[in-house]
Amino acid sequence: MVGLMIAAVIVAILPLFFILLNLVVKGASSLNFAFFTRVPVPAGETGGGVANAIVGTLIIVGTASLIGLPLGMAAGVFCAEFPDNRIAWISRFLADVMNGTPSIVVGVFAWTWIVAKQKHFSALAGSAALAMLMIPMVMRTTEEMVKLVPNSLREAALALGYPRWRTSLSIVVRTALPGIVTGSLLATARIAGETAPLLFTALGSQFFSLNINRPMAALPLTVFTYATGPYEEWHRFAWASALVLIMVVFVLSIAARIATRQRFSFRD
Amino acid sequence: MYGKFTAVKNVTLAFEANRVHALIGPSGCGKSTFLRALNRMHELAGGGWITGRVLLDGQDIYDPKVEPIRLRKRIGMVFQRPTPFPTMSIFDNVAAGLRVDGRRSRTELVGTVEQSLRQAALWDEVKDRLKTSALALSGGQQQRLCIARTIAPAPEVILFDEPTASLDPVGTQRIEELLFELKRSFTIVIVTHNMQQAARVSDTTTFFYLGSMIERGPTSQIFTTPRDPQTEAYITGRFG
Repeated sequence: MVGLMIAAVIVAILPLFFILLNLVVKGASSLNFAFFTRVPVPAGETGGGVANAIVGTLIIVGTASLIGLPLGMAAGVFCAEFPDNRIAWISRFLADVMNGTPSIVVGVFAWTWIVAKQKHFSALAGSAALAMLMIPMVMRTTEEMVKLVPNSLREAALALGYPRWRTSLSIVVRTALPGIVTGSLLATARIAGETAPLLFTALGSQFFSLNINRPMAALPLTVFTYATGPYEEWHRFAWASALVLIMVVFVLSIAARIATRQRFSFRD
Repeated sequence: MYGKFTAVKNVTLAFEANRVHALIGPSGCGKSTFLRALNRMHELAGGGWITGRVLLDGQDIYDPKVEPIRLRKRIGMVFQRPTPFPTMSIFDNVAAGLRVDGRRSRTELVGTVEQSLRQAALWDEVKDRLKTSALALSGGQQQRLCIARTIAPAPEVILFDEPTASLDPVGTQRIEELLFELKRSFTIVIVTHNMQQAARVSDTTTFFYLGSMIERGPTSQIFTTPRDPQTEAYITGRFG
């Protein structure tokens, strides 16, 4: 029985191991200083990099987090603190539905309501689509984390004469904070790799851009474009971009682990 | 009372100031519910309500003019399990009830925290590590920290809901000794499962059974010459 379980574990992690191995073997050789600092060169030429896509991913994901994290956390705290509230019940149900919605549907939605209305693609539309994916994830983990805080702690604060809202914020949410941070970082890592919602919102770009009102490059889009392109050089870049993307997600996951470990922080 | 269920009925009690008042009775007899009604904590469990009056210095605490938040600053509470705030240091835990009232000067905070910890007989054990996590303390120390936290805002009454139920004998003994000291400054109402504890620490004892108050009197009288046969049966260990 134990042997069977060990075999199952090996089968489960084998694909992950091969993905990482493949990425490193095929991608690492293309990683150099220019890859991180230069923008793409026209097809057929060699050299250049994906600096525009790295910066683009940071901007798009950062903007999405700026929109999605506060909304998701606030909604999650609300649902946990007022579990019997009708609005909480409805939003919990909708969040569960949203969590199961394919991301491309969210992309189409963002295209219909932002890109089509504005009549041009923009990084902001991409961020909005990613934020829409993020909110239900962050909301549900926040709610679960807040619900884990023992009720005795809440009672102790109320018995000290804490008003209800202060009990929620400075005792309950603060106790749940490491878990909420972990959930947020994992949600950020999840959306950093999303490709479908960006295809017809941020679109992608060959140029360096900081204007979130314009199309912008992003690592998942770079991987998609280069991997499906006809040139050998592009394929190498696709592997290298995928490796960088995995590393970004990896760093966020490690950060999430560290955030959970820090249970108590000193303050004066 | 919760919803349609009546947990406690027909209780008339006066708690004299600067005494320890014990509430005893078997599990589920309503003594904790009654205790919670004394600082309106029972209202937090959905559907809790009462009829009748609870007077503190002649004022009904269920008067619509009385805010439960202000009331709970006058009537503190210590719970069955130690509940230090896990994100706060020892110092911040004791200062929590003071800080929630608004800004206080640093020196005033430091003074009150030290005095509260001394009153809770914890100062000597923690004075060198006030900035460390309260979770590193032992169970008994955590409970005394909770007592220090409760007395820091200077309430008039302290309610103890089985404060030693989760402690070992040494921790229990220290809390009991503390009650003797604390009754000089505060009026204490303690719910306990442990009859020996009630006999040791309290000045008056009230016996609850099936949601009703059966008998109350000076502790020595209740434990030596109870008037009610049910009280006698309980304290002699025939049920409960």
